[in-house]
Formats: sequence, C-alpha cells, structure tokens
Amino acid sequence: MKYLLMIYMNPAVFESLSEAEQNAVMAEHDAFQKPIRESGELVGFAALADPSTSRTVRVREGVPAVTDGPYVEAKEFLAGYYVVDCETPERAEELAAQLPDARLTAIEVRAVMESGGLEM
Amino acid sequence: MTADARAEDLLRSLAPQVLGALVRRYGHFDACEDAVQEALLAAARQWPQEGLPESPRGWLITVASRRLADHWRSEEARRHREEAVAALEPPPGETPDRDDTLTLLFLCCHPALSAPSQLALTLRAVGGLTTAEIAHAFLVPESTMAQRISRAKQRIRAAGARFDLPHETERAERLRVVLQVLYLIFNEGYTASAGPDLQRTDLTAEAIRLTRELHRLMPEDGETTGLLALMLLTDARRPARTRTDGSLVPLAEQDRAAWDRAAIKEGTDLVAATLPHAVPGPYQLQAAIAAVHDEAERAEDTDWLQILGLYGLLERFAPGPMVTLNRAVALAMVDGPLAGLALLAELDDTLRGHHRLDAVRAHLLEQAGDPEAARTAYRAAARRTTSLPERRYLESRAARLGRPSGE
Repeated sequence: MKYLLMIYMNPAVFESLSEAEQNAVMAEHDAFQKPIRESGELVGFAALADPSTSRTVRVREGVPAVTDGPYVEAKEFLAGYYVVDCETPERAEELAAQLPDARLTAIEVRAVMESGGLEM
Repeated sequence: MTADARAEDLLRSLAPQVLGALVRRYGHFDACEDAVQEALLAAARQWPQEGLPESPRGWLITVASRRLADHWRSEEARRHREEAVAALEPPPGETPDRDDTLTLLFLCCHPALSAPSQLALTLRAVGGLTTAEIAHAFLVPESTMAQRISRAKQRIRAAGARFDLPHETERAERLRVVLQVLYLIFNEGYTASAGPDLQRTDLTAEAIRLTRELHRLMPEDGETTGLLALMLLTDARRPARTRTDGSLVPLAEQDRAAWDRAAIKEGTDLVAATLPHAVPGPYQLQAAIAAVHDEAERAEDTDWLQILGLYGLLERFAPGPMVTLNRAVALAMVDGPLAGLALLAELDDTLRGHHRLDAVRAHLLEQAGDPEAARTAYRAAARRTTSLPERRYLESRAARLGRPSGE
C-alpha cells in the first residue's frame, strides 16, 4: 500500500531554529531517504516551493481566473511530501515519526487510493 | 498467438529452468539471477529477428554463463573465480531437473523477505518478468523495484539460504508461504484489472501459470490444487466484473453468460477431485465456495446453504474476522438480513473502522428495509475504502437510496 507523508510547515517554527539546527533538519532528510531507498520503500518525494509562489486557478462558467496565493490560507502549509510503499500502515507511521518535521510540526499520513477493487 | 508472444511464453517457462541450472552449477543466486535477466533480454531482442535457436534452453544457459563470466571477470576482487567459471562450459542438451522450479520458488519465498520483496523476486526469478514490467505492474518507479529486488537477494544471502529444497518439516511451512505469494501475485493482478492497464491482467495469468507449474510438481498437495482451482474459478468471472467505464459489478448483477466456462469446468473438476481425499485447508474451501457461486446459472439459484456450511468449515480451519464477515453474508441469504446483522455485531471490536464491515452492514440494512441506516453505512464505507472503483460503487449505492431528510 502506498502512503503519502505530507510535511506540514509553519514558517514561524522553522525560523525560530538556528541556522545549524535548520541545516540539521535538512541533513536528517538525507539520512531518512537512504535506508528506504535501499529497501525499495521510497517511491518518490518532492520539496515544494513557498506558497507565496502559488497561483490558484478557478474556472467559472467556462472562464478561467488565476489569482496569486494558495487555495487554503493558513499558518501551516504543505512544504513537501514523500510517497512510500509500505507493508502496513504502522510502518508508514513509523517512517513519519522519523522525519525531523514530526518533532517541529506534524506529518500527515494518508493512504493513496488504488485503481482496483473487489467485486462487492 | 503471434511469434513474439510464443517466444515470450517460451522465455517465461524457460527462465526458472535456466536460473536453476546456473545456480546449481555456480552457486551465487544473486549474480546468476542478474545474468539470466540479461540472457532473457538478449533472447527477447534476437529471437524474433533471427528465429528460435535449436535448443532455446541451451542457448540461454550459454549466454547467461558468459554474462556471469563477464561479470566476474570485470570484478578485480573476484579475479580468482574467473578460471573456475571459464573452465565450466555448459554441457549441451543437459536434461532439465524437474525440481529446480520448485527449489527456486522456495528460495524466492524465503521467510526472511517481506511480502512485497517475495512477490517481486518470484516474478523476476521464476516468472521471468523484467524489473521494468514488475515495477509497472506495482505502479512504482523502476529504480524502486530494482532496489527492492537487489535488497531481497542480499537478504536471502545474509540469511544463509542454500539452493536446496528445505527439510520435510520446514517444507510444509515454506510451501504455505509459496502459496501465499502466488495468491498475492494473483490478487495484485485481479483487483487491479479494472484500470486501462493490461499489464496487471498479465499478473493473474502469470500467477495461474506458476501455480499450475507448482501443481504439476506436487499434484498430491491438496492446498496447491485448491489454490489453482480458486484462481481459475475467480479469474473466470473477470470478463463480467467490470463495466466498460471500469466500475465494479457486484457478483449478483454480473452477466454470467460472459464467464469463462472452460476455466470454471477446470476449476470445479479440480475441486471435485481433491476435496474428498485431501486434508481440507483454506484454499480448497475457498475454491469450493467459488465453485458453488460459479455453478449457479442465475444469482438467485446460488446454493447459499452449502456456502454457509463451507464458511462454517473455513472458520474452523482458518478463523478470522474476514471469514466471519463472509459467513454473515451467507447467513443473511439463508436466514434473512436480521440474522446476518446480528452476526456482524460480533465484529464491531475486531473490524472497527474497516470499510468491508460498513459495506456489508449497509447491504444487509438495505435488504432489511432501513434505507436511512443503510445510506449512513454506505457513506462510511465509501469514505474508508482506498479503492477508487469501490468508493464509486458505494457512493452510487448510497445515492440510489435518496437524500437524507434535511440535507
């Protein structure tokens, strides 16, 4: 089963860290990736640019309108994600707990929908 | 069948024999496995253009042995092995060792590996699928699958696995894992055949082919026969279980004329031949249940009393909440939805929050004439499932019951 580990960021929390601490967070991400890359659990990951760079697109009555900024305005925003392929949901939670951001903010773990299903 | 498809079929069936021959001769499962993959790729490129070699098996063994020698030659630290390998020219026309496929299956289903790794390794080493094909089937990047396979090979080496059939005592336990892995491969293909992706249907075909092979090697094993029958009887419904838009068709609404009659006959024959003699086990019982479903001309002709009895047996041999859940469905068909709902109440602790419990409860509530409660249960099930077609199906059932008052 694939899980999306969503890294939520609060800039106020991150900025309260010293530069050394911020670098340590980045180093932890590198360290996090190595074993799950080797085990084949890592499917993909991305760091997202700041939401100030977001553009939100709406189409109303066939007319697209583009506005600056994110769809949801909140203190916390999605800063990046990992997609992992784990044997159990518990394992996905275990991986989420290893992320440095789990100590600073929180990681949301959500299962990825599959295209198949049983005949019910 | 086209010439390409014939060549592909031949490669798949030769893959375990060639790998078996190499591992037996040189040891080093991981290096041999890589070499066989390269030989298979070379064959897939060359054979369609140059025609089949006189002895395809010998050709593959020769090419794979050369690749193995190349590989070792290129590794400075392993130079001392070079002469030993170079001296071993593959003897032509060696008789195939019938047990190699089985030994390979046991090796790939090593208990030290995680289930996804067992699946991947079995498909590659025994099924002859390429890493790219397996990655495609499991919807992960090729690099992810390559890592998983290479890690799996390291693990079996670290676990001290040898290329021998395990002892009698260990063998039964390992066979259980082998059957489980084959069933997982089948399910991976079966539950995904809804998508536009034909590759995953190949997985069911591959699982059936491998289980057939295992059945050929161990015809006396009841559970192996049961698993083969279960796969055939389940796969027989594939043409009727999805609509053209990929949505799911429940068993009761399937067009039974579209079912694969030949597969049903083969499956039911296997069940009939095995059940009276073998020690009954979960696969045989599930196959027997599938056979009862498949034998009914119309959904309303289904012999639910027999199915209820079989689920009762299954609960004794392999108890689990999912078995109880299915028995509740059968009980509802025999004694009415209220009896089924009463049995479901026992599962509230063990299956709390599981979408299948909500879905079954929703169906039974609908049958019992409580649309309001049924709709709530369908909605809960729809929210909890991680299968897209299932979610659409459950949402449509909820919608069919109308809007709740005040919405």
